[in-house]
Amino acid sequence: MVKVISAAEAAAMIKPGSRLAIGGFLAVGAPEDILDAIVEQGTNDLHMIVIASDWENRGVGKLIQNRLVKSAQVSHLGTNRTIQAQMNAGEMDIELVPQGTLMERVRAFGAGLGGILTPTGIGTIVEEGKQIINHGGVDYILEPAIPSDFALVKAYKADKSGNLTFRKTARNSNPIMAMAGKITIVEAEHIVEIGELDPEEVITPGVFVDYLVQSKEVTNG
Amino acid sequence: MDKRQMIGKRIAQEFKDGDYVNLGIGLPTLAVNYIPENVHVTFQSENGILGTGPSPSEGEEDKDMINAGGGFITALPHASFFDSALSFAIIRGGHVDATVLGALQVDSQGNLANWMIPGKMVPGMGGAMDLVTGARSVIVAMEHVDKYGNSKILKECTLPLTAKGKVTLIITDMAVLKVTAQGLVLQELAVGTTVEDVVKATEAELIIPDVIGTFGD
Repeated sequence: MVKVISAAEAAAMIKPGSRLAIGGFLAVGAPEDILDAIVEQGTNDLHMIVIASDWENRGVGKLIQNRLVKSAQVSHLGTNRTIQAQMNAGEMDIELVPQGTLMERVRAFGAGLGGILTPTGIGTIVEEGKQIINHGGVDYILEPAIPSDFALVKAYKADKSGNLTFRKTARNSNPIMAMAGKITIVEAEHIVEIGELDPEEVITPGVFVDYLVQSKEVTNG
Repeated sequence: MDKRQMIGKRIAQEFKDGDYVNLGIGLPTLAVNYIPENVHVTFQSENGILGTGPSPSEGEEDKDMINAGGGFITALPHASFFDSALSFAIIRGGHVDATVLGALQVDSQGNLANWMIPGKMVPGMGGAMDLVTGARSVIVAMEHVDKYGNSKILKECTLPLTAKGKVTLIITDMAVLKVTAQGLVLQELAVGTTVEDVVKATEAELIIPDVIGTFGD
């Protein structure tokens, strides 16, 4: 059984300096209630691993707006002027990572791998300072796994053993982030009893999940 | 015909029946309106869907149904959803037949720069580097010159690259240029545009074949 806790209890586990792997794509599939609770508690100096910096008032944009993020590994900032301003002012340390590379580096950590070899970024500034490995006549960049302390995930349904399903394009990075947290906290729209999810429909097995939070946002169908 | 629509229409002619295609935000998306009826193309959006359908009508939007640009979409009957790692396995693994992207600069070696202007604009590469690296054909769709009238098709890109040597075709409001080992070949001219016009608006050297097609009529 996985423990069901409140968003505030989830946020209280996160300390200044924690590394957070956060699900969502432009705030769709973002664990909004947990993010709100972090803002409420004002936990700062956070490191954020996320696909995009979202919108100023939605998704991880709320953490940025409240100056809680010290550093980030992220692929896209284009929708959020605040993060670009904080980066340009030297207030935030940002590593821009190609989105596919970011996903594989996070997945690698969850899968017990030290890193991955990818052709993405060869011949660009992304390869600077990194080891290039030629395999089968092709150059690849050695990209290290990205560790995180907490994965914050949004699911559609979760059963009480932590098995997860997702909804439409809100799945995005969530199953990947869920693998990579030393502690994985899932905000779910529906928390159901064991047996209510068909094992065939489970996307993320409960082995990856430590805590569940009931989302305020509840979609049906 | 409006310049942008003309580019959109010309992009659509590049797709073959059964193709899987990823369209970048903006100009490339205009192509969806011009796909011939007998050509079935499945569109991927890198946030995790194959089989993207048209925008929903007002009031029918679903909060969990967006494309990579954040716009609301629908799903066609053959659609599938998947996570972001799988989405980029599709992209990087060479399973996408074509990607169409805008550019800040492109050059005669097929290099592309479209993700940052140092000191000015750093939106990040998002999925563009993976798309350009993995898609079988990489089509750049853009206006031939920038808003100051400067050529965006250069001998060599000066901005940070998105990928090296991956662009296969350039479609602009003036011409269609094919990237070859010898350089850029002027394959087609937009109706009303002359070879001289294109040469004048292009910093890169062009290879001018004897027979040049036209588009945009």
